[in-house]
Amino acid sequence: MWEHSFRDPRQERRLFRSRAITLGLIIFMLLGGLVWRMAYLQITLHEKYRDLSENNRMQLRPVVPNRGLIYDRNGVLLAENIPSYSLTLTPERTKDSAQTLAFLEQLIGFSEREREQIETRLSQRRRPFEPIVLKHRLSEEEIASIMVNRNFMPGIDVEAQLVRYYPHGEDFAHVLGYVGRINQQEQTQLDLDPDTKRRYSASRFIGKTGAEKRYEEVLHGQVGYEKVETNARGRVIRVVERQDPIPGDDITLHLDIRLQQLARKEMQGMRGGLVAIDIETGGILSLYSNPSFDPNLFVTGISHADYAALRDNPDMPLFDRTIRGQYPPASTLKPFVGLAILEAGSTNWNETINDHGWYQLPNDDRIYRDWKRTGHGLVNMERAMVESCDTYFYEMAVRAGIDNISPFLAQFGFGRNMTLDIPNALPGLLPDRDWKRARHGNYWFAGDTVNLGIGQGYMLVTPLQLATATAVLGNRGQWQIPRLIYAQNDQPVEVAHGDIPDIQLKAPRDWERMTVAMEKVISDLRGTAHRLYQRHTYPMAAKTGTAQVVGIKQDEEYDSEALKERLRDHALFIAYAPADKPRIAVAVVIENGESAARTAGPVAQSIIYEYLGGAEG
Amino acid sequence: MANKDFSRTINDNHGASGFSRSSALFARIHLDLPLLLLLLLLAACGLLILYSGSGRSLEMVERQALHYLLGFAVLLTAAQFPPRLYQQLAPFAYGLGVVLLAGVLLFGVGAKGAQRWLELPGLPRFQPSELMKLALPLMVACYMARRPVPPALSDIIKAIIILMLPVVMILKQPDLGTSILIATAGFLVVFFAGMSWRLIFSLAALLAAITPVMWLFVMRDYQKQRVLTFLNPESDPLGSGWNIIQSKTAIGSGGIEGKGWLQGTQSQLEFLPESHTDFIIAVLAEELGLIGVLLLLTLYFFIIMRCLYLSTRCETLFARLVSGSLAVTFFIYVFVNIGMVSGILPVVGVPLPLVSYGGTSVISLLAAFGIIMSMATHNKQ
Repeated sequence: MWEHSFRDPRQERRLFRSRAITLGLIIFMLLGGLVWRMAYLQITLHEKYRDLSENNRMQLRPVVPNRGLIYDRNGVLLAENIPSYSLTLTPERTKDSAQTLAFLEQLIGFSEREREQIETRLSQRRRPFEPIVLKHRLSEEEIASIMVNRNFMPGIDVEAQLVRYYPHGEDFAHVLGYVGRINQQEQTQLDLDPDTKRRYSASRFIGKTGAEKRYEEVLHGQVGYEKVETNARGRVIRVVERQDPIPGDDITLHLDIRLQQLARKEMQGMRGGLVAIDIETGGILSLYSNPSFDPNLFVTGISHADYAALRDNPDMPLFDRTIRGQYPPASTLKPFVGLAILEAGSTNWNETINDHGWYQLPNDDRIYRDWKRTGHGLVNMERAMVESCDTYFYEMAVRAGIDNISPFLAQFGFGRNMTLDIPNALPGLLPDRDWKRARHGNYWFAGDTVNLGIGQGYMLVTPLQLATATAVLGNRGQWQIPRLIYAQNDQPVEVAHGDIPDIQLKAPRDWERMTVAMEKVISDLRGTAHRLYQRHTYPMAAKTGTAQVVGIKQDEEYDSEALKERLRDHALFIAYAPADKPRIAVAVVIENGESAARTAGPVAQSIIYEYLGGAEG
Repeated sequence: MANKDFSRTINDNHGASGFSRSSALFARIHLDLPLLLLLLLLAACGLLILYSGSGRSLEMVERQALHYLLGFAVLLTAAQFPPRLYQQLAPFAYGLGVVLLAGVLLFGVGAKGAQRWLELPGLPRFQPSELMKLALPLMVACYMARRPVPPALSDIIKAIIILMLPVVMILKQPDLGTSILIATAGFLVVFFAGMSWRLIFSLAALLAAITPVMWLFVMRDYQKQRVLTFLNPESDPLGSGWNIIQSKTAIGSGGIEGKGWLQGTQSQLEFLPESHTDFIIAVLAEELGLIGVLLLLTLYFFIIMRCLYLSTRCETLFARLVSGSLAVTFFIYVFVNIGMVSGILPVVGVPLPLVSYGGTSVISLLAAFGIIMSMATHNKQ
């Protein structure tokens, strides 16, 4: 080549060699740098990365404990867990959630309700890699078509889990309550306490209402753990170790399915509440509010439409009348007021007054009418009870005075929630002077006492309170705290008597005499519930009540036909039986039931007879 | 000529061992036996690691073995052509490369907002930038070999213009990683040709000055994202930081001795992405530990040093420039790949040479070694 003439090959070679040596050294140093880097990662940081890789591969997964079962007193299963297959989606593992959902839509289809729920769940806060449930209760066909196509849908899984089921749904909806999906608010609450956060780490359901909520702690159980090896896509390769969860305790309630079913049947078409209590133990045998609803709807999430239908139903099926319905006790309060009057010494069993059909306070124009316009004539305590004479109680209540009556009624639990395990029961209202001053900024007038004497005016009770007081009355003043719980894991739950004092009468014989008077409410020809005597089987002490829904003006004629059904009086009925040695106390309130002897009374009677008959038979 | 070669080998080695005899035999068919053995060893190691990195896919190992077979055939062929032919063909190869790169920019296909492949009728889909990896150093060497040594500034500027043309075209695709690698390969030729140190440092200073300009006006969003992720991979652990976090975890958890071949949980349980291609060194590091890494790096070191040694023994300047720059470029691939997988360089998509799965890469690398062997064995022209 011609350029060669200009070149000095030896110098060229030297220059190249020095450059090559320079680069060789640089390469050596850079490779040394790589070695240093690798050694830094593999020796210095080895432990850190070993742990990281372990954490990558090993996942400690919480295992949900089986929820405890709930039985009635006969051992009938009221709340169980049934296997359910649900379709889940883990958004972190899908390429495109929307596309996957569209594919699934074609494959198995979603209902309007499910689409709504998916929407909400996708937008909710959740733990990373926590699967979202797309569809509950998959059918066999659905499972099959999902499994066949699973490879096209990363992040999609079919999970088997136990879901709460209430086989006698509507019979126990209010008292048992239901479990439901843990919502965001509850999750936040659970996360506050590290202990509950841990215990609920695998749980999707929590007791929302009723006994399910009250006994959540007992029913839930202890979370278990499972150490699993997974690949990067989260598929479990194998379970390395496992600590089994401890299932929740089973509980047995005092509730009796026969009474509960009968109550529902008897109250068909009525709105009202029924409470039956086992006098000896205080166990609640029945707690039923009509109309009811299917609690199973709530377990996996109720649709807007279903919920709206329940919420907007004018009969208010979601409203638990037994513990949250507060009604004037009306004449069902008379046995208690009567004892208060006797205890105050304002009268005795023999004193009679003449009832002309109305009562008037001294120096007051206002006329307080008896329900019977012509009056009852000569009445004493027993006759006043049997015929439910208002005038007698107006007079005697004023004699005894609010300061005697109110504290005495308080001993029966009025104005308070006296239950052991129904925390959301409302307390009703037991008025006294202090209450009126605080609430209305006014003095207690004698007229207020007149109204209280027949259970009207300010006083409010729930059916549960009424039944409780009736049970105490039937038990001669001895208190047994009303309770649902009977046994936990077949071990009877011992309940301390508590600090509620039993009621001591100055004349203990008054218990018996009041019982006799209440028996005559049914057996006496003029008894307000004599109608029930047709079915007489067990001697029963009872009292009727009719609570005004609207105030009737003094001189206005009461015309029930003209009033709309919703404005009719509430019918109330309390009873305990057998009269000589009472075992069951019942209170029934039928809204707008008008005549206690025709509506509330027969319901209570059926329940009592069923219980006493069944127990003997 | 053959006799002369033979006698010199005898003289060099002072008593013929078996190895030097076969060395001489191989030299006659223009192969360098030590380099060939090192490459075969590397290929064997590569297949072992690939079996694990591919999730025990024999099919993939077989295909890669086929790539090696083809590659060594190409090597053997490339070694037969005399350097003079490469020197004559260099401008044409370069010109063809530039035309094809223009074709990519006009009709190219690709993904993720980058066009890299060209689909010509009757040919498999290919990346013209692969051709440039060889054509560019050849062209620059061809040019520099005609200029006096050490080169004048004007020659250097012309050489840089020659190398910048394809580099800018590849940058436009955009493919930052490849364009930098090709630019480096071309620049290495200029460096070997004797570019003065003062100029080198001035150029480095200039490069440092234009980097912010590149960041603001030239780099695409995804390229910036890669750099940002590189600077702080933990910022997006499930997204773009995932790869680097997982590869560092794989490497670090391997420790000194490793978890054992096929026992790496990061690779076998698919936490490690691209475990058969760009991130395959992490599989080695996890399963065979620091010891395995050291052995592999030693192998690479010997290969590079042998090439550099061979380059110093070349007869012509062209041959020296070509083999020197190809050897150092090979090292740069190794360094960039391991640097990126171990988290000291940004993730730029450079495979680990001769170990990562991939036909194009294996064949073009072995072709480069064929050229190096050609340069070293055709000593008398």
